[in-house]
Amino acid sequence: MTAVNLITGFLGSGKTTLLKRLLADPSLSDTAVLINEFGEIGLDHHLLERIDDNIVLLQSGCLCCTIRGELADALRSLHSKRERGEVPWFRRVVIESTGLADPFPILSTIHADPVLRHHFQLGHVVTVVDAVNGDFQLDEYEQSIRQAAIADRLVLTKTGLAGPSATYSLVERLRALNPLAPLVNAEDDDVDADALLCTDVFDISCKTLMAQQWFAAERTPPSWLPPGDPALADVDVDADTELPPREGRYLGQQRRTRPAANRHDAAIRAFSIELSEPLDWTRFGIWMTMLVHRHGSNILRIKGILNVQGSATPVAVHGVQHLIHPPVHMAAWPDDERQSRLVFIVKGLEHQTTARSLNAFVTALAPAS
Amino acid sequence: MCGLCGVLGGPRHWTDAPARPGVFTRNTGEMQRRRERRNRVVQLGRVLRHYGVRVEDWQASSFVLSNLTGGSELVEDLAHLWAATERLSGCACDPLDPGLIDALEASRG
Repeated sequence: MTAVNLITGFLGSGKTTLLKRLLADPSLSDTAVLINEFGEIGLDHHLLERIDDNIVLLQSGCLCCTIRGELADALRSLHSKRERGEVPWFRRVVIESTGLADPFPILSTIHADPVLRHHFQLGHVVTVVDAVNGDFQLDEYEQSIRQAAIADRLVLTKTGLAGPSATYSLVERLRALNPLAPLVNAEDDDVDADALLCTDVFDISCKTLMAQQWFAAERTPPSWLPPGDPALADVDVDADTELPPREGRYLGQQRRTRPAANRHDAAIRAFSIELSEPLDWTRFGIWMTMLVHRHGSNILRIKGILNVQGSATPVAVHGVQHLIHPPVHMAAWPDDERQSRLVFIVKGLEHQTTARSLNAFVTALAPAS
Repeated sequence: MCGLCGVLGGPRHWTDAPARPGVFTRNTGEMQRRRERRNRVVQLGRVLRHYGVRVEDWQASSFVLSNLTGGSELVEDLAHLWAATERLSGCACDPLDPGLIDALEASRG
């Protein structure tokens, strides 16, 4: 299975700059790149120095509007050419979307296409956020909130230009929107392809690390934030605390307040549910399918590590809206805790009701006699 | 595709994921798969009765849903089951519905 990674982010956020930098990384030499451009004349591909047979330009407009056609065709074509040896072998694909694209239809295309689903699996969603304009874009455009909330990796660009105060403020806001994704500063020298992009979605050895990263990102501030900054004092990292949308996880008593009006992210929140008893997989599947059927469009992200009855090792699940990935075995537990833990990034769903519902399903449905 | 019943094969829903290295699934062998389906039918029945809908296994490959007025639908997996239940019952299937949660908690006794 070839992992398909999506680089998304709002217009002007620095997606092409990031891609250009990644393409210079030798470890990206076995990666096919699809570039989508909005408008009649594509420009972004001219900004990339390395143009070869593995770079495909999609020119028919916004990717999320043309999903059934050009993206699927391009991926099928790349696969066929690879099989025939007409393009160098690649082990992963990177799609650079337009700033206007809703990431979900792109992911859905790969998952639902009867041909693509046999050969491609979703990798990481890398969302690029501009530290100078990010706050404004999150205020004004719901699409940018969806892009941030859905991310597996958040890359902050132009932090030097924005300055520490604006950067901290944006980090605070992004953490409230998406506590799971590791936050990377693009101005760090050590940002490389392997840190951002996924190669093998079923690689068991990386699953424990992946899960550790999910929850480490939730619990700790990015390492590139100076530890001595007063804004980081009195860190509030209680994963069980459902933070009001305008409160951050890193600014404890010194939280900055903002006017609540005109904030698209007011209803988006992250919460976690923990279950101490081993989970019945059948009942969990019934609950989860019912939940995404009714509320999938409001579930931006689900990630979890489950202690499943009868399984010696933990099981990792993750999904985006209506789409749940095949659950994967992890090699070992990421820490000493053996309880199931699910983290949700949702729009409008109530934490307590969701937790009560899951508990009712997994405990009230008696085992089959 | 099965030549007798016309059921299409291919990658399944995540709750029936094909067995492959790294993937967690109960789809690891015929006995295990049938045991899981039997258990699923029993568990589903306890939820679907809240909507006046019954569920039965069909050929170990699909589920037959039926309502009290004789309506029925065949669905392949859990991805399609909830929409079919809504059509048969006329009710929205919402796991966060307090009425459903109360009923499940009450059934726990």
